[in-house]
Amino acid sequence: MESFISLTSVAAPLPDVDINTDVIFPARFLLLLNRQGLSQHLFHERRKAAIPERFVLDRPPFEKAQILVAGRNFGCGSSREQAVWALADFGIRCVIAPSFGEIFFANCFRNGVLAVDLAEDPHRRVMSAASTEKPMTVDLESQAIRLPDGESVAFRVDPHRRRALLLGLDQIGSILADDIADIDEFERRHRASAPWLHLSPEKFSGVANAAKQGSHE
Amino acid sequence: MSELTLYDKIWSRHVVKNYDDGDDLLYIDRHIVHEVSSPQAFAGLIAEHRGVRRPHAHIAVADHAVPTRLRSAIASDSLAGRQISHLEANTQRFAIPYIPINDRRHGIVHVIGPETGFTLPGCTLACGDSHTCTHGAFGAIAFGIGSSECECIFATQTLRQRKQKRMRVNLMGRLAHQVTVKDVILALINQIGVSGGVGYAIEYAGSALADFSMEARMTLCNMSIEAGSRVGMIGPDHTTFAYLKGRQLAPDEAHWDAAVADWVALRTDGDAVFEREAELDVSILSPRVSWGTTPEENLPITATIPDPTNESDPARRERMRRSLDYMDLRPGTRLDSIPVNRVFIGSCTNSRIEDLRAAATVVAGRSIASNVTAIVVPGSASVRVEAEAEGLDRIFRAAGFEWRESGCSMCVAMNDDRLSPGERCASTSNRNFEGRQGQGGRTHLMSPAMAAAAAVAGHLTDVRAL
Ligand code: SF4
Repeated sequence: MESFISLTSVAAPLPDVDINTDVIFPARFLLLLNRQGLSQHLFHERRKAAIPERFVLDRPPFEKAQILVAGRNFGCGSSREQAVWALADFGIRCVIAPSFGEIFFANCFRNGVLAVDLAEDPHRRVMSAASTEKPMTVDLESQAIRLPDGESVAFRVDPHRRRALLLGLDQIGSILADDIADIDEFERRHRASAPWLHLSPEKFSGVANAAKQGSHE
Repeated sequence: MSELTLYDKIWSRHVVKNYDDGDDLLYIDRHIVHEVSSPQAFAGLIAEHRGVRRPHAHIAVADHAVPTRLRSAIASDSLAGRQISHLEANTQRFAIPYIPINDRRHGIVHVIGPETGFTLPGCTLACGDSHTCTHGAFGAIAFGIGSSECECIFATQTLRQRKQKRMRVNLMGRLAHQVTVKDVILALINQIGVSGGVGYAIEYAGSALADFSMEARMTLCNMSIEAGSRVGMIGPDHTTFAYLKGRQLAPDEAHWDAAVADWVALRTDGDAVFEREAELDVSILSPRVSWGTTPEENLPITATIPDPTNESDPARRERMRRSLDYMDLRPGTRLDSIPVNRVFIGSCTNSRIEDLRAAATVVAGRSIASNVTAIVVPGSASVRVEAEAEGLDRIFRAAGFEWRESGCSMCVAMNDDRLSPGERCASTSNRNFEGRQGQGGRTHLMSPAMAAAAAVAGHLTDVRAL
């Protein structure tokens, strides 16, 4: 995963509340199998509907924005990670909002995108700073946003997520490296206490692949 | 000892280890895989030369983009066809049990999990789909995840998670005639808002629950995510156990009694404390319909479209304006005067046998209005077979409905079932988002009986007056 330490960029203001992931990335483009190149469908309907005055991300200087300042409950709805992939593909590395859809929020951190939740008041300051079209700096090391007027807004990121972003850690790799013995041990205990949760190939009789040997490596 | 909630009890049974920052490594017993959120997860495994730790802890099915008119209509070189063949190839490669689209067990992930007995009380269950909260109806911790987390489960059978706060929703009273749990959950979302449940795991409790069938409980838990909660759950009881007994993947005879004894102990202790409580008297509810583009924007069918100028919160006022603009509706309009030209009965919210029975009861002996096209999409092949055995398909067909094969269909408009721009639909699904049922389409959410009534009347209408 790409690391995130500090970022200076103009920030695109998108004050609407309850923007869901269907709006960020419409379902019909979910048929694509890749993670790359998805930014062409980012906010597809909004961008089309905004012609001729143009959607915020199509308007200079925001077409190069790496920061998005959004309204509350941003990314609610569907779990589609494509919403984050499309934002990242566009170049957005940081989303700032008063609150987020929880699955979207988790997906951001899995993809090197910093999601910052701010209380309404500091959020308002960041939103109005964004509309000045001047760059601001988001610094994860010191957990602060430096606004164009020199003022600073503090934020807090969960320590584990912060560390993973700063170092660009791969979460699956960390679990496989550090926790497998614990998982093995847990599975032994769990199977003894609730044996019915362990499904054997025979239980799946008639279901495709159930009797196969998988490629484990 | 502090008293524990259902959520606490299941959570603590699944903690592999505590990290010192407050996260837990949570063991995931069950993972349901579908064609849309899995390709990138499998691609990640392959790129990193990783295997699937426990193939039989997963079950895979293609539901989102499959055609529901003619199964054979799926072209293997179409985008949807490619997604399905990817799922087939990936599940074969990793030996993950897979249910083909023509199998008698086929259906929407959140319908077939319970139907096969894959979903069980006391388990943790995840799926790359936000409506995974549906499975909480069985007394499971079930939640939606993104593709990267799917990949993590494939490789490790665990997820690093932070425990959520607990919220209890007490449902009191008895539902009036033609009022359903769909109306209950719409009323709740209207009451607490689309972000009212963010950060909380909801437990539904209260005297109203004992009357609710498993189908009804699934409808209730299904829409928890529309209030922002990833988790919605109900303590298991004899209704739960009776539903599960004898299902293919449920505990067999040798384990059944021990499993039930274990499940009975899962209920929330008497003095357990929830960070938040909400209450709803279900006996005073009427059938409801949504009028806007968030599930929160819904009202009793007897109401009129609200006026944004009366809304004090500026952000919400702006959202209402936007909703009304998109929906092409004006304040003061009676909800029961709004014409519809499409009706969709289906989705993981309302496509189970009881839903189809309720709709068929309304439709029986009537015809749909001439301005309406209407489809019924059973949630699974087995719901379809059961409905046909009861003659429901004939009732729907005689009234002018199309009777389809199982799948997500017009809930998400990834196959050919979709609204055209400007079309207006009475839908039993869960999301009325802009474009959700097709670009420029307009969605009104409601119960199956209300959707059936709208099909007959040609406009939104109060099923009680039909
Ligand atoms: S029916 Fe709709 S909400 Fe349910 S899983 Fe399918 S697409 Fe998602």
